Amino acid sequence: MQNEKVITAHDLTKKFGDFTAVDHISFEVSKGEIFGFLGANGAGKTTAMRMLCGLSMPTSGTATVAGFDVYKENEQIKKNIGYMSQKFSLYEDLTIRENIKFYAGIYGVSDKHIKEKTASLMEELHMQGEEKTLVRALPLGWKQKLAFSIAIVHDPAIVFLDEPTGGVDPVTRREFWTLIYQASARGITIFVTTHYMDEAEYCNRVSIMVDGRIDALDSPANLMKTYAATSMDGVFLQLARKAQRGE
Amino acid sequence: MKPIVIENIVKTYRTKKEVVEALKGISFSVNKGEIFGLIGPDGAGKTSLFRILTTLLLQDSGKAYIDGFDVKTDYKQIRQRVGYMPGKFSLYQDLSIQENLEFFATIFNTSIQKNYQLIKDIYTQIEPFKDRKAGKLSGGMKQKLALCCALIHKPSVLFLDEPTTGVDAVSRKEFWEMLHRLKEEGITILVSTPYMDEASLCDRVALIQKGEILSVNTPEGITGQFGKPLWAVKATEMFPLMNAIKADPAVESCYPFGQYHHVVFKTQEHSKEKLENLNANAAFTNFEVHSIQPNIEDCFMALMKD
Repeated sequence: MQNEKVITAHDLTKKFGDFTAVDHISFEVSKGEIFGFLGANGAGKTTAMRMLCGLSMPTSGTATVAGFDVYKENEQIKKNIGYMSQKFSLYEDLTIRENIKFYAGIYGVSDKHIKEKTASLMEELHMQGEEKTLVRALPLGWKQKLAFSIAIVHDPAIVFLDEPTGGVDPVTRREFWTLIYQASARGITIFVTTHYMDEAEYCNRVSIMVDGRIDALDSPANLMKTYAATSMDGVFLQLARKAQRGE
Repeated sequence: MKPIVIENIVKTYRTKKEVVEALKGISFSVNKGEIFGLIGPDGAGKTSLFRILTTLLLQDSGKAYIDGFDVKTDYKQIRQRVGYMPGKFSLYQDLSIQENLEFFATIFNTSIQKNYQLIKDIYTQIEPFKDRKAGKLSGGMKQKLALCCALIHKPSVLFLDEPTTGVDAVSRKEFWEMLHRLKEEGITILVSTPYMDEASLCDRVALIQKGEILSVNTPEGITGQFGKPLWAVKATEMFPLMNAIKADPAVESCYPFGQYHHVVFKTQEHSKEKLENLNANAAFTNFEVHSIQPNIEDCFMALMKD
């Protein structure tokens, strides 16, 4: 992990009317870091993520993503990040190759590069010969692994993963994390939300949001020490139980 | 007769292009007053089975009985006595909390007052918002309302299809506490989940994968059948450590489990010393190894391989 900061947020706040969804959050994420972004439903994770992706204007505070300002340079941010969620991933009625071409094309990857990328991606996923298969015909686990590889097809500085492994079988879930480790080793910063607490333990650092604030931020090992818990599940339960507001 | 009996159920979906065998001959039964967990990933066949048992889908072959009634021929009786909470929120979005509940009570010829005792614990949590439209509720509140609607006619069997999917760890815990209170009322509960850790909260579970049952037992029974010593290993360099372990031909499997990797050897002659030797060669920092008891997820993955 390198010292270069890929995300910086300082007192980042978002209000909807008199409701403060995100309340003065401050943190930094380094290049290549796997950063877990946890919180109960309604704690403000999605709102915070939307601001960092350049999709929602903050009410106050400052933040930069991949070196770009979230207020003024949100279009550059969109070009330099990848995004994947369980809900939104690939086009089911396009083939694997067409999906790769579509997403890479949108991000301005050249045709020549797309060809090379398609070949290397198929090899990495052990899916050679499946280029013409419709995405609809793939098992969920394959879809999710493919969706991740496509989310980073343009070599973004950061990839945002919103519950990427929901409902996936336990073996595929682990294969998915192998892909995350590999991307991180290539210098891509990973910003990930999950409801699986064992996955929180795979992160270099984890932040836990409660009622719009970041109430804890540290490595999983340090968090477990601080909260005298034997697992991240124990840490999460202690913090999330303090929540005052509902979803 | 047991409240749920399933005998060799087969369900296949056919389109012009493909044939999907959703259920490949499933059999198990659920005892009265049991919380029975159907545990498996998306695409395992859980929802197809739920829809067959609640008489919303016909099986290709095999038999299933709810409280002794045949799901194919006695659907009217079955619909009177089961509660069903589908995985997808299916209440009326443009009716309020109270209107939804009254609607379902009326359909079943009862009233909110009559069975209030059963839903009281859950309903009082959403009652302050009873005039709010269901479409405007948060995920956790929708889940509570859906459970109330599934319970309002005092069903003898309750079917809950992935009630905790996408729900955070705290709300999941609360939901399971609600289920245990319902169990005390004598209601039989069949509940599906993709979260393996929820298996330990069930009386018995069936592990399901690709339309087939891998195992049916108590949670302790399933972990007791693992049959091989299991080692938990960790070091500062987790990813290189996993690669080094996997490269050893004596290793059957090595899966990451949070802060540890879980390792199984192909034969029992290998043990802790083998892993310690591996560390002696590679010199990982803060290396640690100890024996552990398998959990449901260890067992599920071992069964998936067979």
